[in-house]
Amino acid sequence: MDLSRLEKISDYEWRICPYDRMQVPAIIFGSTELIQGMDDKVFEQLRNVASLPGIVRAAYAMPDAHWGYGFPIGGVAAFDPDNNGVISAGGVGFDISCGVRLLTSGLEHTAIEKQNEALADALFKHIPAGVGSRSQLNLNATEIDAVLTQGARWAVANGYGFAEDLERIEEHGQMFGASPEEVSPRAKERQRPEMGTLGSGNHYLEVQKVHEIYDSVTANAFGLKLNEVVISIHCGSRGLGHQIGTDFLKEMAIADKLQNFPLLDRELAYAPIRSQIGSSYIGAMRSATNCALANRQILTHFARKVFNSIFPKSHLSLVYDVSHNTCKEEWHNVNGEKKLLFVHRKGATRALGPYHPQLPISLREYGQPVFIGGSMGVGSLVLAGLSSSEEKSFSSACHGAGRAMSRTQAMHQWEGQKLMRELRQQGVIIRSPSFRGIAEEAPGAYKDVHAVAEATEKAGLAKKVAWLSPMICIKG
Amino acid sequence: MSTDLSALERKNQLYNKRWEHFPHGSDVGVRGIGHSLQEAFEMAAIAMTSVVVADPTSIADEKVVKINCSAIDIYFLLYEFLNSIIYEMDTKQMLFSKFIIRTMNETSLQANLYGEGVDIKKHQPAVDLKGATMTDLQVKQVGDFWIAQCIVDV
Repeated sequence: MDLSRLEKISDYEWRICPYDRMQVPAIIFGSTELIQGMDDKVFEQLRNVASLPGIVRAAYAMPDAHWGYGFPIGGVAAFDPDNNGVISAGGVGFDISCGVRLLTSGLEHTAIEKQNEALADALFKHIPAGVGSRSQLNLNATEIDAVLTQGARWAVANGYGFAEDLERIEEHGQMFGASPEEVSPRAKERQRPEMGTLGSGNHYLEVQKVHEIYDSVTANAFGLKLNEVVISIHCGSRGLGHQIGTDFLKEMAIADKLQNFPLLDRELAYAPIRSQIGSSYIGAMRSATNCALANRQILTHFARKVFNSIFPKSHLSLVYDVSHNTCKEEWHNVNGEKKLLFVHRKGATRALGPYHPQLPISLREYGQPVFIGGSMGVGSLVLAGLSSSEEKSFSSACHGAGRAMSRTQAMHQWEGQKLMRELRQQGVIIRSPSFRGIAEEAPGAYKDVHAVAEATEKAGLAKKVAWLSPMICIKG
Repeated sequence: MSTDLSALERKNQLYNKRWEHFPHGSDVGVRGIGHSLQEAFEMAAIAMTSVVVADPTSIADEKVVKINCSAIDIYFLLYEFLNSIIYEMDTKQMLFSKFIIRTMNETSLQANLYGEGVDIKKHQPAVDLKGATMTDLQVKQVGDFWIAQCIVDV
């Protein structure tokens, strides 16, 4: 992206001044290098988002932003339902409530290094990953509806985890306001065999080592200790969320066309929050959120069983579970007034600052854990929400390193089997059903996650807490 | 490779290759090219299959699944067609290698999908398809050829 098209606010914050149909400015967070590396499509998509009815304050792009669908990935926008604000299926994405959860194990990395191949094999066997994978669950219609209403609470009530897990999940494991009756039979049918599966693409279960700590007080509060083993799980609402996205994108686009709404991008189809379609989508989307929360809870249970079978002294405790493809109804300060807004985060993480009432009491003093997934060569970073992000980005931060190149380019540049061997030499064990999938997810295909985390901190969105380096990666 | 359709006007390329992928920041574009609208749709479906499986010819056409799609216009029809294939892949755990559109007009089509159950060792599937999107969704006549394309989210 050409910086001359932007107005500099600070070294890590740039503005697109309103023009044409833009209702508000657009703000891009990032270092000059990261912003220069962004696709021009980010500019275009952010401008389109800033043109939507009822948008409040600004449209935002996080430091990891890249070309998405209607919204840029790494896009944040809040809408006021009392001022014709809208909701957009494209602004949430196809993988509704995709997110990351982090678990501590209580194990030193040296304790697992002797059995890391066995651990990798056992995880690969018991964590259903990749195209065509299945778990043992096959839920009937009543059970599916219960999952869509109760989320991770359903999973815990059915033996997948512990009650104390729920405190460390956004919404305490259950998104209220879900309406399973708004979810199509097709979406439910797609999900039936897919509960408790990881998926494919950039989804993973990774065993990592706490490699470096940047903020020891906060790391300690999160339960992160240097050289200890942690587990990251990245996945979403699987077929159900994908189908809800497909169904409502079409429904909104058709309604917009019939009503002659001025659409700048078909993928940016929207509906007024206070409309029948808007309300239906919100009910369905919240159902998908519950599906994702339950799915990550079930996968946690599978991971616990594997760890306990090999390391009986391990105890996998949840640090936090946070979604990064959502639209949530939240209170925010707007011009000195508290307003209830619908905040879209497409490939962006909520990053509540210290003392926010929605944080679990045990974490409240420290800010919300934020997880930035990097790549299977570098691992992830843990950050903590800052109070300053409320003013800057409706308490949002970034969610990943962001791709540096397309899957097509990566597939031509790397060979999966060779890459797997090279990573093994670097101490990272990969298990995946697909060599091509590994090539498409090559570490070199991603931006530098440290640069993204640094920019996030410098922009005042969240502060760095720890770096988790990869040991074992189960890729779908 | 450009996403600009004008780049496709090179007839040699069109004659030699009837489907292709084009890049998207995080996902993949699928483009079908045909002498008719029907053929362009069928080729777009093969392009989509090859996002999942590098060699679609490894998929036997031993089972048939019939689908009916309807939409308000030809663009939504392509969206509906590709997403119906994804739905059948997901729920039946199948991969398809041959697509025959039996009847088609601007707002509806009936098609047969030929394929087999997913065999991870044989097919080496790389990614699940989340959905065909409306990003870069185009159905267009270029010279003697029809183009049908969109980005698929994986």
